[in-house]
Amino acid sequence: MSAPASSAWRVETRTRAATGFSVFAVLLVAIAFAAPFFVSRSLLQDLFLILTMLVLAQNWNLLAGYAGLVSVGQQAFVGFGAYAMFACVSLGGLDPILAVLIAGVAAAMLSVATGFFVFRLQGAYFAIGTWVVAEVVRLVLAQWRALGGGTGTSLPNAAIRDMAAVQWIAEAFSVRSAQAADILTYWLALILCCATIGFIYWLLRTRQGLGLSAVRDNQEAARSVGVDARRIKWAVYVSVAFVTGMAGALIYVQKARISPDAAFSVVDWTAYVIFIVVIGGIGTLEGPIIGVIVFFLLQKTLADYGSWYLLVLGLIGIAIMLFAPRGLWGLFSDRTGIQFFPVRRILKGGPSTDHQGTRGGPHG
Amino acid sequence: MQPVLDISAVNKRFGALTVADAVTFSLAPGEALGIIGPNGAGKSTLFNLITGNLQVDGGRIVFDGTDVTNAPPMQRCLMGIGRTFQIPQPFVKLTVFENLLVAGTFGSRKLEAEVAARCGDILIQTGLIGRANVPAGQLSLLERKRLELARALATNPKVLLLDEIAGGLTEGECAALVGTIRDIHASGISIIWIEHVLHALNSVVERLLVLDFGKVIGMGRPNDIMASKAVREIYLGLDV
Ligand SMILES: Nc1ncnc2c1ncn2[C@@H]1O[C@H](COP(=O)(O)OP(=O)(O)O)[C@@H](O)[C@H]1O
Ligand SMILES: [Mg+2]
Repeated sequence: MSAPASSAWRVETRTRAATGFSVFAVLLVAIAFAAPFFVSRSLLQDLFLILTMLVLAQNWNLLAGYAGLVSVGQQAFVGFGAYAMFACVSLGGLDPILAVLIAGVAAAMLSVATGFFVFRLQGAYFAIGTWVVAEVVRLVLAQWRALGGGTGTSLPNAAIRDMAAVQWIAEAFSVRSAQAADILTYWLALILCCATIGFIYWLLRTRQGLGLSAVRDNQEAARSVGVDARRIKWAVYVSVAFVTGMAGALIYVQKARISPDAAFSVVDWTAYVIFIVVIGGIGTLEGPIIGVIVFFLLQKTLADYGSWYLLVLGLIGIAIMLFAPRGLWGLFSDRTGIQFFPVRRILKGGPSTDHQGTRGGPHG
Repeated sequence: MQPVLDISAVNKRFGALTVADAVTFSLAPGEALGIIGPNGAGKSTLFNLITGNLQVDGGRIVFDGTDVTNAPPMQRCLMGIGRTFQIPQPFVKLTVFENLLVAGTFGSRKLEAEVAARCGDILIQTGLIGRANVPAGQLSLLERKRLELARALATNPKVLLLDEIAGGLTEGECAALVGTIRDIHASGISIIWIEHVLHALNSVVERLLVLDFGKVIGMGRPNDIMASKAVREIYLGLDV
């Protein structure tokens, strides 16, 4: 038994790749903010789609990849957030931007209410439960006559035109208000995306994030070392609903037209999102970023092939699950050891000189 | 002196199978108690009842003067019950050090920075320091068992429950393990140790409890217990 030399220990999380990446990331975000100055309107709409899908994917990844809550009913929060925004704007006359925030709160409240039901279910039953909840919410909102019932409705043109900052952007870029609204929603999507990734990265580096990773790996053992697994899962479930609701609302500010079938589409808001996370690499922050790019490229290439498109997506998803269960990012990261968002706590220093991790270590 | 752990008339059934039948005993502060008994006697189940991973059907569990019969595992850990699992349950994607860090920061409600050094010290004490930054999923079975011990220690327990951590070790490794457990015991931690490797067990514990079909069929000093008829019958054929 060696004498402890407590003061000599150090814990590090930073890696050189990550430091390099953070410089690159800041540049990338700066360019992305400036994009409306030099890209076409249709490209801006594509980027909006990528950013909002990435927000949904990062949230599903946090939910399923970290908290182990495999939900197939996140469209409940997309749709509920979208409808909450429509209600605030069309019926309440609020500014759409403010309505997006309220939509997040509404979705979080829905998650608290439905959480008591789905949290009683385990594994596959949890997944089915979340889907059932989404269907019920869709059926209920389809009865809402004031918002078009089953056929849906559109946002009033004036609401978009009078949206905060739209006139200002229209003048600054000398474009019409519809295009100015696209620029504004794009910027909001960019902010939401950066905030989401920043929040999740921050969370994973905190004590609670460590607890969350332990729950993901082994809930029973986590409970036995003092982790409140239930509270952590609830917190993740509700915050994911909050952000998912805001993303849903923002998507429908941009679309400006809603119907229950579209807003609660399990294919658009859950199946695609799961595909993005799985091909990119579940349980990593990098995975969904890679995934959303691959997804978008596939969508562009296969757009003309109709239903073949879904089939090809499905086949690719299955192939990756079979041959690269940790996704494309996992494939890359396993080979190179590179991580752009390092969360590992690496122990250094101490009385022993060699603990790089290949030696068996002394016994006893 | 008030016992640190007091088990009274604890019952547990799995369907028709009784795995704890009016189990009653107490553990004095600083005591080391061994539990022996054939496979399937209900030893591991008894640990799960003490830690709250399983609920009792009847009876009472008092820890440090507080009734914890219905407390969740998390709360019992915070109060000072640390445990190992017979089948190791590591956090596979976390490193060995991070496994301890979780236990340290949550098990004693402190910041990561406050417990990191102690976790490092425990890694040295348990011989895992060479594997500190390796994902726990890459450990061998023996290393996983050592990790169970290290992680339980990191929660800063008053009572440490050890479930068959000496099986499969070479003689030298076993002696080293006994040394480690003696040190832990000497630092004032009470221990309950389930073990089939009797010579290792008997060189540490002050009392032995014999469990068979969920019933306590003997309790006393190791020498007296090993000489008793009941134990000889049960262990006939087992390596004594
Ligand atoms: N969760 C469970 N459900 C049903 N039966 C169980 C469960 N856990 C253990 N058992 C059964 O209870 C008996 C006692 O198991 P255990 O406490 O693990 O025994 P020991 O640790 O003494 O070998 C065994 O017959 C085992 O199969
Ligand atoms: Mg057992």
